[in-house]
Amino acid sequence: MLKDITLGQYFPGKSLLHKTDARVKILALIAYLVLVLSAKSAVSFAFVLSVTAIMIAISGIPLKTVLRALRPLLFILIFTAVINVFFVSGETVLFEWKFIRIYREGIENAVKMTVRLICLVGGTSVLLTYTTSPLDLTDGLERLLNPLKYIKVPVHDFAMMMSIALRFIPTLIEETDKIISAQKARGADFESGNLFARAKALIPVLVPLFVSAYRRAYELAEAMECRCYRSGEGKTRMKIIKTRPADYVFLAVCIVCCVGAILLNRVVIPL
Amino acid sequence: MSLKLENVTVVYGEGTPFRKTALDDINIEFPSGKIIGIIGHTGSGKSTLAQLLNGLMKPTSGRVLLEGNDIWENPKEIGKVRFRVGLVFQYPEYQLFEETVKDDIAFGPKNMHLTESEIAERVAEAAKMCGLDQSALVRSPFELSGGQKRRAAIAGVMAMRPDYLVLDEPAAGLDPAGKEEILSGISAYRSGNGGSVLLISHSMEDIAKYSDLILVLKEGKIYSFGTVEEIFSDIASLSRSSLDLPQITKLFHELKKRGVTGRDDVYTLKFGEKLLREKGF
Repeated sequence: MLKDITLGQYFPGKSLLHKTDARVKILALIAYLVLVLSAKSAVSFAFVLSVTAIMIAISGIPLKTVLRALRPLLFILIFTAVINVFFVSGETVLFEWKFIRIYREGIENAVKMTVRLICLVGGTSVLLTYTTSPLDLTDGLERLLNPLKYIKVPVHDFAMMMSIALRFIPTLIEETDKIISAQKARGADFESGNLFARAKALIPVLVPLFVSAYRRAYELAEAMECRCYRSGEGKTRMKIIKTRPADYVFLAVCIVCCVGAILLNRVVIPL
Repeated sequence: MSLKLENVTVVYGEGTPFRKTALDDINIEFPSGKIIGIIGHTGSGKSTLAQLLNGLMKPTSGRVLLEGNDIWENPKEIGKVRFRVGLVFQYPEYQLFEETVKDDIAFGPKNMHLTESEIAERVAEAAKMCGLDQSALVRSPFELSGGQKRRAAIAGVMAMRPDYLVLDEPAAGLDPAGKEEILSGISAYRSGNGGSVLLISHSMEDIAKYSDLILVLKEGKIYSFGTVEEIFSDIASLSRSSLDLPQITKLFHELKKRGVTGRDDVYTLKFGEKLLREKGF
């Protein structure tokens, strides 16, 4: 179950999306988010969906993998859909039975929310996390935020913290699995009992996990100090990111898509 | 008491490109009252075997029989199997969590729903076997030294008094004294409770010194299973499986080559010392 979490999991490849400059991808992600969140009409939703589908196709990442990223979201998806269907009121009643009234607007809302959430998670993971190695990602973020240095924001440190955090997600997941097995071997029961009992059953997992996270942090800090780490000061790079003309084209396409979607909101096709 | 594997196969990642057969058609019965050393290379399936025995892992095919009953017959009762086949993972000290060492050792027995007095008795017994004194019991497990932590964690499994105690590299990364203490504690557990011990180790010296029987795993299959003498005397087969011999055995092989002693079936330091003294060294 824990292995399904795909946050920060890079999926190596050689697609156009993989090759694009991380900075451009971050900007494109912002454009994409605007696109998804601003979609209102059916036409613009269709557009958002097709953009997402095209991105998945370009990335060359198997659809199965993308869907796996959505699995932890399943509960939220169903929950929001159900809430919308039953509790949004509108003008056209589609179905009525005793106290239950389902409106057309409710169903529309439910569909929109579901599509939005799916696109948000699926699209962002394809656009950024799956196709950008964590190193490139933080590098890109650091360079993108570089101007903030002039107002004394420790951009490099933030980028470093982020890359360390991303780096340790899989490690800690593995560790959690191990601790769970070990406590199970001592008869710990995580599956039965009420909510309170189950929460309490997590203590034997959480305490060792925190202890080990702190231990790893100390060890890492020490190792960094031993190698004379002193933040970004005077640091040179082996790999210098260069924005290629293709990257500008990519960015332009994203912006056009974004503007297009907002315009498409005005197109109303009577259903 | 009997613990038996019948045609057990474990496959990881079925249906993916990463498909790997960890254990391949294993048939073995672990006799009771013995210390059984399990050796083999990294990836030979030792750790998978350990997790199979107490039901943390389910065989892809085949059966794990405890007292003749398939442990997976009633998956809801699998917890009870874990009390009877205790498993100590590698680096178990990272699983300590309670406020005091005593409470941590009591975690297993508490999950067995024993009475307070029974729990206290078992905690005291397990702590003694692992060489933890009273003053250590009331301290926080996080204040202990590395070796003491390891002992506390092993005591936590011993306190459940499992019929079979499975330990995955219990002495890894300890200094010689700490190692000796832990392994003799494990030896004491066997003689005290009449339980069996399955000891996974990379150290041929430890295996030769403490085990009665040795199981050699190679690429998920049983390579050989026999007494210490049988296994180590089959040097040719060992070198083919590229496993090492105990250092003392290597020494006596060299001594025999040079005509100093006539025997090369020396596996423990004690026996070697005795031989040399008889020779008048």
